[in-house]
Order: sequence, then C-alpha cells, then structure tokens
Amino acid sequence: MPRVVLLVGTRKGCFMLESDGDRRDWSVRGPFCEGWPVYHAVHDPDSDAIYAAAASEWHGAGVWRSGDLGESWELSSEGLAHAEGGLRLSKVSGLTVAHGRVLAGAEAAGVFESRDGAATWSLLSTLDGQPGRGDWNDPAKQPPGHLGLAAILAHPDEASRFWAVVQGYGIFETTDDGASFTPRNRGLRADWPIDDPEVGYCVHKLVMSPVDPQRLYQQNHCGMHRSDDAGRSWVEVTEGLPSDFGFPAAAHPHDRDCFYVIPVDGGHGRVMPEGRAAVWRTRDAGATWQRLDRGLPQRHAHLGVLREGLAIDSLEVPGLYFGTSTGQVFASADEGDTWDEIASYLPGIASVEVAVVA
Amino acid sequence: MADVHLPVTLPPLFVDLPRRVEVDAATVAEAVERLDQRWPGLRDRLCEPGPILRAHINVYVDRERGSLDTALDARSRVDVIAAISGG
Repeated sequence: MPRVVLLVGTRKGCFMLESDGDRRDWSVRGPFCEGWPVYHAVHDPDSDAIYAAAASEWHGAGVWRSGDLGESWELSSEGLAHAEGGLRLSKVSGLTVAHGRVLAGAEAAGVFESRDGAATWSLLSTLDGQPGRGDWNDPAKQPPGHLGLAAILAHPDEASRFWAVVQGYGIFETTDDGASFTPRNRGLRADWPIDDPEVGYCVHKLVMSPVDPQRLYQQNHCGMHRSDDAGRSWVEVTEGLPSDFGFPAAAHPHDRDCFYVIPVDGGHGRVMPEGRAAVWRTRDAGATWQRLDRGLPQRHAHLGVLREGLAIDSLEVPGLYFGTSTGQVFASADEGDTWDEIASYLPGIASVEVAVVA
Repeated sequence: MADVHLPVTLPPLFVDLPRRVEVDAATVAEAVERLDQRWPGLRDRLCEPGPILRAHINVYVDRERGSLDTALDARSRVDVIAAISGG
C-alpha cells in the first residue's frame, strides 16, 4: 500500500502528515526547518527529495532540502541572489520540480534554477523586457504584499517551456527556457484601470490538468478562468460560485473537466463566506459548481486558505487536502465529497502539497 | 582573538557551530569571513550581497553598535544580535 505524505509549509517550519492509501489515520511530524517560515514545500517523485522554500526575517531566504523524507534537512542559499547593486532578493516561494531540476520563484521577481538538488542555484531570468517589469520592480509601487514571482508551472513534456506568474501582472510563458517570454493574459478581467491590455492581471493560482496540458485553470483576484489552448486565451467561469475571489485551485488528476477552488470574501477578511467552510468543485470545466462541505465546520469557521494551500493526490480516487491560515488541515479521501480535520493546531499554513511514495 | 557571540538562531544551521567562537580578525567583516570559511554559508545568514549586514542583524563591538567596517582588537567582544522581531 502506498504512503501518502502531506508537506505542510507554515509560519513556524515545515510539517509532514503521513497516512496509508486509505488516508483515514494520519500521523504528524515536525516542525522541521528550524522553525523558519516555509512558503512552499514540494516533493520530487523521481528522487523522493523534499524541498522547502523559506525566508527568515533575520537570516534571509533559502531552500531547505531533505533526501530522506524529512529525517534530516540542509539549508542552502548559494546562488540565490540578484546581482549586486540591482534587485534585492527578500524571499523565495513557488517551487517546481520538473525535468531534473528545481525552479524557484523569487521576490524581487526572478526565476532561479538548481540542477543539483537545491544545493546551488543560478538566476535563469528576471523577465527582462517584459511589459510591466519596470513597475513591478519599482520600490515605490509595491503593494503591502509586495510583487514577486509567485509561481512557476512547468510543462510536463517540454523541458524548456514553463509559465511564470508575476503577482499583480499576470502570466508569462517561455518556450526557450527563459530566454524570452510572452504574456498570456488575454481574456482575463481586471477591476482596475490598466495601461497595457497584455498585463496588469492578478493571478493567484495557475494549474494544469495532468491529463491535458492544453487545459489550464486559474483562480484570479477577479474571477475563475479556464483556458483550452495552454493559456493563449482565457474564459471566465465564475458564475455559480459565492465569490469571484480566492487563492488556491487544484486540478483533478484524471478528469480534465474537474477542478476545485475555495472562494473567500474579497475584502479585508479573505475568509470563507458566512463562517461556513466549503470547497467548490466543477465536473464540467466550470459550467456548473458544486459546494462540498460534508465534514467541514459550518458555524463560526472563518477560515482562509492561501494560494498553495490546496492539494490533490494522484490515486485512483483522488484525495484532497487544504491547510488554513489558522493552522487546521482538512482531508478528503473521496474527491472532496466528505472531509475530516486531520490537524488542528499547526502554525498558520502557507502551503500544502501531497506526495504518494512507495 | 576576538570573542564572537552568535544568536541562538544560528548554531542549528551549521554542524558543530557553537554560540561563542574565538576569531582572529581585524574587522567585523573579516570575522564574518573567517566564520564563513569554517562554516560555509554562514556569511549569507548574516549579510546580503555587498556584503552589508542584513536588515535585522545588529553587531555590537565592546557594547557599541558596530558595522562590518568596525575594527577589532585582540580582546574585542563581538555580539551578533538578531533584532527583536515578530511573534
């Protein structure tokens, strides 16, 4: 029976929750990474290595790595720096493992790569020449959350192709390993004035269907959106959801038309509406939505979930997992139909990823 | 030999790094360099590229606020302090 391992990045280190293929009984290990704030922890299925992007207010940003499923950890930031006198690297966040390397998104916006299992890093691109770059690197134009390169989505088959998400500006695709990029934001909505229609969109989470690399979904600051042409164009699929705002999204591993989101209030609160927790699922590519709340708290549950806080496993009947900014982890072993709370008192959670290991 | 006192957050990051280390150095920057030679990567935990001290790392030499340029003598005490921050 496989082991199912959740990697939970929190404000006070990385935790691991572990179960078997039934996904009913869970054990908790941690905290790891010396209590550093961990923004995103991922698993490499080829090597079984774990990588955790972290940033300490005192000691800077780095990536922790474990080659033994969390038994021991090492930190490195060698090469994780912008050129002297230029941009300042304050944080690494979105990690992606693909085609024998690890990619990391950074703030100030940049893509870093490691080809030696996160021991050393090199800068791949800061998206030179892209529209909006001057503004997103302008210290005077930073919103409270700052504008970094929050996430990287790798193409499963084409090693030189990936999509980079710059907070507040949108998606940029490269097919030549970062030598050049193209904005991929056509059809998106912005509730604010924008100068250049190519950029200025606030993409919170970008996911790809594992069975169809042409099919992308995104939770945007302004609505849910779907693409059937690998991001060249987008259509909005918000109708039927209780809010057009949210952070995470997850794509079903076997069904290209099924994906999940967690709508939250778009104002100051940014928690699930009416204090009632729910995940929402579409099985028809966003035409209709189903509220999933069996087993989730329905009274005074003012829960927030961040962009990397929702994960789905690859088992035949997939399991879903989400972690809240108040430290609860909820799990479903039946595609979201029913839920259990599997951890209650972790530190605030930034990310949840799931690995199925032998 | 300068007597360098390190913050509690640092030793867990490096094998056998104690809280208190004696270093032969003429400046704070040189002391950081010596420590980095013995524990590779340590400089990056205290300094940003430049190098300059990280925003929330403070150095005191003989109880006076110092910088990377501050001179040390053979009996200097160097306190590396992680600023009070967060919860």
